[in-house]
This record gives sequence, structure tokens and C-alpha cells, in this order.
Amino acid sequence: MGLADTFYNVFVKRNSVYVATIIVGAFAGERMVHSIGDSLWESNNKGKLYKHMLEEKQ
Amino acid sequence: MLRQLLSRAAPGWKLGAATLAAGTAGLAAAAGTALADEAEHGLHAPSYPWPHDGFFSSYDHRSIRRGYQVYTQVCATCHSMDLIHYRDLVGVCYTEEEAKEMALNIEVTDGPNDEGEMFERPGKLSDKLPAPYMNEEHARYANGGAYPPDLSLITKARHDGQNYVFSLLLGYREPPAGITVREGLYYNPYFPGGAIAMPKMLNDGGVEYDDGTPATEAQQAKDVVTFLSWAAEPEMDERKLMGTKWIAVLSLVFLTTVYYKRWKWAPLKSRRVIVDVVN
Repeated sequence: MGLADTFYNVFVKRNSVYVATIIVGAFAGERMVHSIGDSLWESNNKGKLYKHMLEEKQ
Repeated sequence: MLRQLLSRAAPGWKLGAATLAAGTAGLAAAAGTALADEAEHGLHAPSYPWPHDGFFSSYDHRSIRRGYQVYTQVCATCHSMDLIHYRDLVGVCYTEEEAKEMALNIEVTDGPNDEGEMFERPGKLSDKLPAPYMNEEHARYANGGAYPPDLSLITKARHDGQNYVFSLLLGYREPPAGITVREGLYYNPYFPGGAIAMPKMLNDGGVEYDDGTPATEAQQAKDVVTFLSWAAEPEMDERKLMGTKWIAVLSLVFLTTVYYKRWKWAPLKSRRVIVDVVN
């Protein structure tokens, strides 16, 4: 049984599980995109952002 | 240099002496036109490497903060910033408490109150940065006919705004021989026409930075241009970050779409239609 079959049997076979996967996946994906984007942004702009300025002042 | 080029190229051209002379004269005239053009439209500003250049680079917010200090201590004596409120500084270069405190130091005319009188009150976060003049007529009257433009959008309102403003602020010098500047104007090659009504305003140590950065002239110019860029385009940080995220997600969506289309169309594209002709 290949990966696709496993995926099908676990997530797609029952519609309730399929819809739940889509909804949870959307939430998780959104969180992931933001956290990855933000961390790249912060590392690319180290020391330039407002939060870095605040941290230095405290 | 033109003449040099021409004299080097001339033998190959095999032109008559008269034609060559005419050509030289023409090119020299063209060069003269170009110079006159730069004098008329202002010297082309060099391109400086701003820390916020680049599709994923934010503003340097410390620099915005210092630039605000330059603006309030130097520029604000003549230039308004009509579109910026104290609240806009919060979370960008000042904390809410700091911004409130700065706003408290200005007097704002408000009203009328329940007795029909206008009254003065200390500033609030929702107040604009104080304008030096009541209106354009007042500003012109106070500045010998010249209008110090509002600086809210100045880096967008001028061609190559950031480099232009930076070059302009540092561009004051003695007029070259043969150029006279009328009384009350100052020579600045970056300003169209070369004569500007604004005197040189930035000087070493002319501003007190609250973070202890040495306030050299170039430092002040860089900081104030960063501040003005932010003022003209405050959404830039958010725009770059969100844009990158959207592009990343939409590329995934695009790949999925292409895959799905091909998957759906594969049987249609690869089928063979056999027409079974009867008779």
C-alpha cells in the first residue's frame, strides 16, 4: 500500500474526516505560513524593526 | 571627451574636413543642451543604498525615530506634515506613552465649547503634527514668496524622491563661476533651476538624538529621508511582508491548479477517436 493509498484511506475515505482535515489543515497552514514568513522577515531585518528597538530600550 | 572620441573615430569615417567640423559643432551643441537641461531640471541624484531597499527589507525604525527628531527640531519650523498624526508614530518609532507625552507638549485650538468659544488644549494622539503656518498664503508671506511644501508625501511627490531629498539636503555649495544667485536664494545644483529658497539647514551637531547617535550632517539627512519615506509610504513593511506570504501561498495554489488541470485533461488529450464508418 503506497503513500497515496494510506492518505486516501486515512483522510479522504470518510467525508466527515475529509472535511475536518480541510478545515484543520487551513488553520494549521495559515499559522505555518505566518510563522515562517514572520521569522524570515525578522531574521532578514535584524535590528531594524520596532520590536528590536523596544527590546534594546528595556 | 566627445572631441577625443570624435578625433579617434574620424579616420575610419573618411569624412570631409567640412563635414567633420560640422559634426563636432553639432555634438558640442548637443552636450551643451544636456548640461543646460541638467541645470534646468536639477542635477540627477545618485542612487544611494537605502536600508529599506529590496523586496523583503523593512524600514530601519531607529532611523525613523531619529528622522522624526530631525524633522521636529529642524524642518518643522517651516514645513508642515499634514497627513501625519501623533498616533501614527505609535508602534512605529515611539511607544504609546512617549507619543502621548510628545502630544501633550503642543497646544491645539479646539472648540467651540458650550459657550461658543474656541479654546486651547494640550494635544492628543489624534492630533496632527503642528503646522508652522495657517495656510499657504501665510507660509508664502513668511518666506518671501516661496512656499515650503508639505512633507507628508514629499518622497513620492518628487522624481526619485529619496535620493533627490537626500542629495538636495547635502547639495548646498558655492555657485560655480558665472552663476549668480539672487538675494534670498541659495545655490543647490540638485534643485531644478539651481536656486532654492531654503537655506542649508543641516549642520553637524544641529540635532540632539535621544539614542546618542552622533548627529553628523549626513546622518541627519539619511534619518530624515527615512522618516519622510515612512511618512509617504507607512504601509511598506506590511506590504512587503504580506506580499511575500501571498506570493508564496499563491505559487502553491498555482502548482496545484496546473496539476489538477492536467490530471483532468489527460484522458481527453490522450484518447483516440475512432469513427466507425458504416458503408
